[in-house]
Amino acid sequence: MLSLGSGNTIIKSKLIGRRMFLITAAKAVVMVGLVGRLISLQINQATKYRSLSDKNRFREWKLAPERGVIKDFFNKEIASNEPLYQVHLIPENAKDIDNLFVRLKAILNISEKKVSYLKRTIKKQKPWEPIIISKNLSWSDFSRLNLFLHELDGVEPIVSVARTYPDNSSAHVLGYVSQISAKDLQNKKYLAELAVPGMAIGKTGLERKLDEKIIGQIGYQRYEVNAFGKRIKEIKVNTGQAGQSFKTTLDYEVQKYTNELLKDKAAAVCVMDVYNGDIVSLVSSPTFEPNAFIHGLDKNYWNSLIKDEKKPLSNKALSGLYPPGSTIKTLVALSALEHGIIKPLDTFRCKGKIELYGEKFHCWEKKGHGIVNLRKGIQRSCDVYFYEIARKLGVDRLSETAKRFGLGKKVLNDFIEEKSGVVPNTKWKKKFIGQNWYLGETLHSGIGQGYFQSTPIQLCLMTAQIANGGFEIKPRILSDGRNNKLRDYLKFKNDNPNQPLPADLLVANYNLKPLFKNQEHINLIKDAMFSSSNEPGGTSYRHRHQDPKFTFAGKTGSSQIKRFTEAQREAEVKQNELDYKDRDHALFVAFAPYKNPQYAISVLVEHGGSGGKAAAPIAKKVIKKVLERHELRRNVNNLMGESV
Amino acid sequence: MLQPRSIQSALGFRDKILSIDYILVLSILVLGIISMFAMYSTDGGEFKYHTNSHILRFFVFFGMFFLISFIQLRFWHNTSYLIYISIFILLLSVKYFGLTSSGSKRWLDLYFMNLQPSELMKVGLILFLAKYYHRISIDKINSIKYLCLPIVALIAPLILVATQPDLGTSILIASGGVVVAWLAGVRAKFFVYSGVAMLALLPIAISFLKPYQKSRILTFLNPERDPLGAGYQIIQSKIAIGSGGLFGKGFLNGSQSYLDYLPEKHTDFIFTLFSEEFGFFGSLFILLLYTLIISRIIRIGNLTRSSFGKLYCYSFATAFFIYVVVNMMMVLGLLPIVGSPLPIMSYGGSSMMSIMFGLGIVMSCKIYKDVPVN
Repeated sequence: MLSLGSGNTIIKSKLIGRRMFLITAAKAVVMVGLVGRLISLQINQATKYRSLSDKNRFREWKLAPERGVIKDFFNKEIASNEPLYQVHLIPENAKDIDNLFVRLKAILNISEKKVSYLKRTIKKQKPWEPIIISKNLSWSDFSRLNLFLHELDGVEPIVSVARTYPDNSSAHVLGYVSQISAKDLQNKKYLAELAVPGMAIGKTGLERKLDEKIIGQIGYQRYEVNAFGKRIKEIKVNTGQAGQSFKTTLDYEVQKYTNELLKDKAAAVCVMDVYNGDIVSLVSSPTFEPNAFIHGLDKNYWNSLIKDEKKPLSNKALSGLYPPGSTIKTLVALSALEHGIIKPLDTFRCKGKIELYGEKFHCWEKKGHGIVNLRKGIQRSCDVYFYEIARKLGVDRLSETAKRFGLGKKVLNDFIEEKSGVVPNTKWKKKFIGQNWYLGETLHSGIGQGYFQSTPIQLCLMTAQIANGGFEIKPRILSDGRNNKLRDYLKFKNDNPNQPLPADLLVANYNLKPLFKNQEHINLIKDAMFSSSNEPGGTSYRHRHQDPKFTFAGKTGSSQIKRFTEAQREAEVKQNELDYKDRDHALFVAFAPYKNPQYAISVLVEHGGSGGKAAAPIAKKVIKKVLERHELRRNVNNLMGESV
Repeated sequence: MLQPRSIQSALGFRDKILSIDYILVLSILVLGIISMFAMYSTDGGEFKYHTNSHILRFFVFFGMFFLISFIQLRFWHNTSYLIYISIFILLLSVKYFGLTSSGSKRWLDLYFMNLQPSELMKVGLILFLAKYYHRISIDKINSIKYLCLPIVALIAPLILVATQPDLGTSILIASGGVVVAWLAGVRAKFFVYSGVAMLALLPIAISFLKPYQKSRILTFLNPERDPLGAGYQIIQSKIAIGSGGLFGKGFLNGSQSYLDYLPEKHTDFIFTLFSEEFGFFGSLFILLLYTLIISRIIRIGNLTRSSFGKLYCYSFATAFFIYVVVNMMMVLGLLPIVGSPLPIMSYGGSSMMSIMFGLGIVMSCKIYKDVPVN
């Protein structure tokens, strides 16, 4: 029994041993497989998993950089930054939310509605996610809050910076900033890496144009976060880099002064240095409050802005399109002289109207101007005179001159809102209207009506290029420190009055592009403009400066809204008797001082009636202000000239 | 070889102490201490609940291991059926009085601890079958009549555990039983037949699977299927292990577990945590320790004379190996997440108790290697 049992046991043991051997072999294979897997994960793919683990572990919060400032010509900040005081709350750090809100309400004066909104938001989000209690606190509220901070668990005072503007005088040029919208992210590529929630970007004006450079470089806070997104500890902070600052050619004092002058009017003013094209002032009225856009716009204010028929949001100086009216007569006369159509002393008789193929063309002076030559034609702004020469000149030659002087194309390339206007000719009409040109339309074009469309800044440039003796200038609003050679050339000319340079040398030595064939023609136009402003009978004679220091030469204009009916013409209806909406836009262009031109100005008053009455008085005041500050400006220019 | 029974029974205390396999004991102790550090790390570098109770359990059950070692192997042979039946009753009572947690009923509330009888059944079934095949003669092993009881003994707890539901543990229990049958000499064709039968039944079995179980299998096949849901655990575990690299991130620096990306880090994913902090070399060391433990158990199987001892040691070693490998393959993304603890390392009283109990009997085999069991 025992031996049998033990024999059985021996056989069993052998069997068990054999089978165990198979299992052990299998185990060895599996073990090798496990080690292989470890090698694959921890050695071959370690870098990949390392970065995946870091991706889990770190999360970055972007920090909005400080926006660059924009300065005027005298380094006064016209768009700057101010500290912004905010209050955030981290709900999980608060012991008793309800109690906390009672305390906060007492300290900060938050409405019941806001409190219940905040409480609802807190319930929706994770307890460690901060919630903004107040976006923009006054300093006094903020300091009071800090006083009670020790008893307000979970409340965090935050100081950051936000855009601020000293006033609304340059609102249109500078534009405004406000929060990034979904559309901005789609359209502006540079925002892809920059977008920080709550960051403000430029929406219009220079703020928009300069946005990419003025925003600066984004900073970040890198945190270690757990699987639920809670921040565990701060790993690294990079505050980013403040944006680039820009200096403009604008004069803040003139902006302020002009803005005050235009108050309550729908109007625009543009002032330009006739030599280097510096825009000294660019004001559109009525203006808006740019500071109101920064922390989210009040709905009522927005509605009042878009409903106002004077269109405060549009920059009339750049994007307002108006027929140039009689201000174009300077160019019509110049074109006719240059093309040899007329001589300065050629005369026409103005009887108040002419007839062409049965259609009547009226002069603004019903009685007529009598015998009119070029100087008198411009001085009195005689329509009949210009009908006659326009008829001879033809619209195509006129349009060529007008384009050469800057009409029909954008003046600055800094603003997307700028319009290019229209300089009509026969080809243009065929292309855009699909009809042939009529002679009658040439007559309308000769007095700046009809299809002509221009912006106030184009008229200012036109005037500046006449004032500087007929040389092309490139207007600029950002002060780039470069000086063009026009002033140098004038100095050379003064020193060598008897040796005028031939045109090709002018181009070669001074990089100047003359816009005339014969400079004498330019001088004739300037003289005529002088008589218009300074001799009895001139259209703006009443608003001249007596002081020779401020004497300007200008040209009035009015752009027609509605043609007079025969009945109105018979009844001699005055502009101010019409409905506001039906009155003509008043225009005035000028340069000053007459003897030694420095600045050109264009003034537009929407529905102001006649240029002589509504626009010239504004120009008179602005010219005085600008010339009073000329010395200061010249000093800065000289300083910059030396530094180049 | 055939010495009188009386001599062998009269082992002195000194002989017993000397015949303990100290390499095995040391390996278990080292692994236990490593597991304490790992647990300390899961608690974020503090002695908190998990660490404290893990340390306590390890030493309590380590003590129990010695106690069991010194009890005669004959006793364990004689009580094998009783032990199996007791555990089976416990399993049955889980069905009626069990505690439900996260959707499955696995635990019995014993006031001082929550017992998971399915863990104990892992050892219980091996004991039962080792005794059964020890007792029947070799020519009967492959007769159908004598196959019935083992099949019933294997299927009954399997169904009970699978319906808790705890598919992972039921498969592990079954694998232990199958190993005993294989070692005892049941013909290979039976395993092939039952394998084919199981494959045939697979579609039916799948229809019985709970949605979460199906999703686990699908997720295993393609973890990117649902990276934030069911695939999350596999992906995060692989990230943790892979990012450990050669030398690991250092003790208490495992960012994946420290920042809660790692699920179940105390239990099923404890190896992941260790591997993240100690890297490839650390992992290799753990693998070596387990290999050492398993090979020592097999060596004891070689030394012990009785078929019962051999069957038990070999089977337990193989089952132990399967537990380790299944857990590691799971956390390394080689198997679906089935929920199986890593022996000794993982947090969990029942698992620790079951493993220490099993190891205790192994050591008893060593001490009483020359004593016949019947």
